[in-house]
Amino acid sequence: MKKAILSAATTVVVAMAFGLSRSSQARPAANGQNTSTGQYQVEIDNFSFGPATLTVPVGATVTWTNQDEVPHNVVSTDGKDIKSPVLDTDQKFTHTFAQAGTYAYYCSIHPKMTGKVIVQ
Amino acid sequence: MRRQKEELILHNHNNDGVDRRGFLKCMAWAGTGALCVIKGGVLRSYSLSDPASLAASALDGELEFVQISDSHMGFNKAANPDVVATLQAAVDKINAAPVEPAFLLHTGDISHLSKPTEFDTVDQILKSAKAKQVFFVPGEHDVLEDNGQQYLDRYGKTAKGAGWYSFGNKGVHFIGLVNVLNLKAGGLGTLGSEQLEWLEDDVKGLSASTPIVVFAHIPLWAVYPEWGWGTEDSAQALSYLKRFGSVTVLNGHIHQTMQKVEGNITFHTATSTAFPQPQPGTAPSPGPLKVPAEQLRSLLGVTSVDYVPGKHTLAIVDSSLA
Repeated sequence: MKKAILSAATTVVVAMAFGLSRSSQARPAANGQNTSTGQYQVEIDNFSFGPATLTVPVGATVTWTNQDEVPHNVVSTDGKDIKSPVLDTDQKFTHTFAQAGTYAYYCSIHPKMTGKVIVQ
Repeated sequence: MRRQKEELILHNHNNDGVDRRGFLKCMAWAGTGALCVIKGGVLRSYSLSDPASLAASALDGELEFVQISDSHMGFNKAANPDVVATLQAAVDKINAAPVEPAFLLHTGDISHLSKPTEFDTVDQILKSAKAKQVFFVPGEHDVLEDNGQQYLDRYGKTAKGAGWYSFGNKGVHFIGLVNVLNLKAGGLGTLGSEQLEWLEDDVKGLSASTPIVVFAHIPLWAVYPEWGWGTEDSAQALSYLKRFGSVTVLNGHIHQTMQKVEGNITFHTATSTAFPQPQPGTAPSPGPLKVPAEQLRSLLGVTSVDYVPGKHTLAIVDSSLA
């Protein structure tokens, strides 16, 4: 009887601890999302955008950071919406997506570099 | 080019290229009717019995110029913290060569970030070249932000459109092309229809024996499309040049030498004066390649190109800085 209570109590304690840790930390997920603050990251590295496809909610802000040793930029494929300045190493560009849709973009300096933000 | 008295030897040979051994032979056999002339370190012998071979155009028609590329002025990362020094070293090397080139060709990425100070610095360094004339075409790093307006103001005042142009020198027709503007997502370099139409018209009236030299930043053949090393519509450009007996295409962009011959067309890419890049597919991306400091200058360099009348391929010689 005692053993059962003890193990049940332990389970409860463990469950509570797990629950506490879930709610107190908003750790960024593997693709750079920080869901609690609406800030999203895209790393520009090795002539590619990472993640290449990023899905965000309406109103989200995305920050691109250039980790390469050459400049890159972020430009909408259709010429609308997104046009960053040239980003040298470590420079950042931020864009807030106010409307739903699929936003294809690329680096107009190295056009093989393409990416997409899906806003829904 | 001075012809010194002791270089004029009379010897019965016909019109062939003769090397140092031949020169010594020439020296030994005097008085039988040939003229040995040293031009550009290369010995040519001409038969005095055939006056046409001594025509001024044959003896003086030789043309030598030097291609430099990808100076990326303003770059300062680990692959080369001092691109000023290496560009100056390239100019010093050109100045020290036995032959002074008629002019320099810069195949683009003059600057790293299209900043005015970067262009100014390159201009300053090139002033120390003995060859005063420099022809340019832009690289993608030269047309940032303003769609190439600054580049045009500096280097393209007499050019057409986005900076393309042609000129003649010693019977060779030179064509500078721009393939770094209006690049489409997922694509390669682009010439565009306006430039292609101009090119077709530009070469229309030339005889097929006119040697052609085309220079553009991004390679005009598919070196490695995965890294953007190619030009979407180069095939159309090359179709206008197919009928010519000698076409030389000089490019930059890839920061290493590569050569391909296709019929009468020789394609050649130059090294950078700033930093090397990896060979196709040997790295995750075509970014600057860091090598041990003592190796850097062996991977940077200049390219000298020599046109000799009667020879239909131009002699292309790459020299590294170390």
